[in-house]
Amino acid sequence: MVMQVVFLLVSLFTVACAFMVVTHRNLFSSALFLVGTFFGVAALYVLLEAEFLAVAQVLIYVGAIATLIVFAIMLTRGMMSGRTSPRNEQAVWAGLGSIVLGVVFLYLVVYRVNWPVVEKAVPPDTIERLGASLVGHYLIPFELASVLLLAALIGAVLIAREKEF
Amino acid sequence: MNPLDPRILGDWWNTWLHSTGLAEPWIVFINALVVAVIMLGLGLTSVLFAVWLERKVAARVQDRLGPNRVGPYGLVQTVADALKLLTKEDITPDAAERVSYNLAPGLAVFAVLMLLMVIPFGPGLIAADVNIGVLYLVAMGSIGIMSILMAGWSSNNKYALLGGFRAVAQLLSYEIPMILAMSVPVIFAGTMKMSGLVEAQANWRWFGIVMPAAFILYFLAALAENERTPFDLLEADSEIVAGYHIEYSGMKFAWFFLAFFLNTLILSAVSTTLFLGGWQGPFVDQVPLLGIIYFFIKASIMVFVFMWIRATFPRLRIDQMMAFAWKVLVPLGLVLVLVAAVFVKLPLAPLARDLLLFVTNLVVLAVTLGLLGRHLRREAQRFSARRLATSQS
Repeated sequence: MVMQVVFLLVSLFTVACAFMVVTHRNLFSSALFLVGTFFGVAALYVLLEAEFLAVAQVLIYVGAIATLIVFAIMLTRGMMSGRTSPRNEQAVWAGLGSIVLGVVFLYLVVYRVNWPVVEKAVPPDTIERLGASLVGHYLIPFELASVLLLAALIGAVLIAREKEF
Repeated sequence: MNPLDPRILGDWWNTWLHSTGLAEPWIVFINALVVAVIMLGLGLTSVLFAVWLERKVAARVQDRLGPNRVGPYGLVQTVADALKLLTKEDITPDAAERVSYNLAPGLAVFAVLMLLMVIPFGPGLIAADVNIGVLYLVAMGSIGIMSILMAGWSSNNKYALLGGFRAVAQLLSYEIPMILAMSVPVIFAGTMKMSGLVEAQANWRWFGIVMPAAFILYFLAALAENERTPFDLLEADSEIVAGYHIEYSGMKFAWFFLAFFLNTLILSAVSTTLFLGGWQGPFVDQVPLLGIIYFFIKASIMVFVFMWIRATFPRLRIDQMMAFAWKVLVPLGLVLVLVAAVFVKLPLAPLARDLLLFVTNLVVLAVTLGLLGRHLRREAQRFSARRLATSQS
């Protein structure tokens, strides 16, 4: 009962922040609401007893990605000066279409998908299992991801270095 | 249970709470609230003492007395400062973004206060013994970075913005060596729980003694994370006039000030836990109360060293700082993680392994210092040659 109430409050907060991200006119405030959304998702992970994932979410999304987004907003000239409207002339038809699509998807997700319901408790050594599977079962995707990150790092340094030649 | 164990208080409180017949969720909630209030009080009052200590240490190093008029030995000076900051006029720039301008100081203090919850003050005395204690420390540090960006941007001031960018660049760069240095004790203890890390350092097997290079690396990264001299370019009056908290006056500035000193205390506490054995010490098994005393002694020594360094060294330029982080500390951290990972799997006796580890650490430090010294000597020669050339032309 208590968990239901907490879950409802947290998801309300997350969805409200996400809604404000899309509809707010000031771009910087949208970025801040995005940070709020990330925190809400981290709280949902805590409710699911996946604490490692929650802390990793805060570390990666709030600490790195949100910072990068805010940096990009600040360094773009003219992004902050005008108050742009998030709507255009096709707002009505687009709204109708997205509501219809949303209802269809919700129906499919809630009633047509076989959601697995697990009654077992969460094992206490999730971190050890995560580490073991990262270097055991999922070794190749792990190494490929690090190669991808290395390529991105080299590309970023190459683009941003001073042209002194 | 041992009569001198501070956990007796917790047991007594819990039994009383259960006897009142409240439902279980309410008991959990009340316990969490009490712990939060205790941690809040502890954090905020210890900052009062830390500010006084900073002024006294800096004063004595500079061969003067420091505050000694307000109260015995000037101990009430910080209270007077806080009262002054409270009653100051709260000036907000006209074109500042209201929401983030007002939110930034609170977020900075929030990020630092949350760190208090995973620090083990004594055996069994930890507010929230989460399985991922070390990762939690890093995550909360990264929230503070967000607050600096908000402060720098919403002040609508070029210097604040520039200071904010530089601060974020510095904090993000030095987070990597800090994480690498923190991984070394985690590899050896086999757990990320803070209490587990302290218990793995029993019998004088402190990680700071066995692996001094990791301790030094963490210490340097913590100095930079706290924006202390010699890494305090962001708030230096001669460089950028208080950086990202230029436009903050009165209580809002007091919040940033609070966050700064609380960060000092917490980083010392964390380095004590990770590298100096936390609450371990002689006779801690028989008298668990000694654990708290040992912890506070060690943490105070670390705080004193932080302040001593601040009073002694000049500051680095921003490019020197960044070069130091990326070209020296990150490779050092990677090498240390490699060494730790290799040594934790070697089939040696514990004493032999610790000795070999100590020697390897010294070798790594010597190589690093040698390379750094050679590079700096070449730079100095090049600089003096260039100055000679331009003065002759």
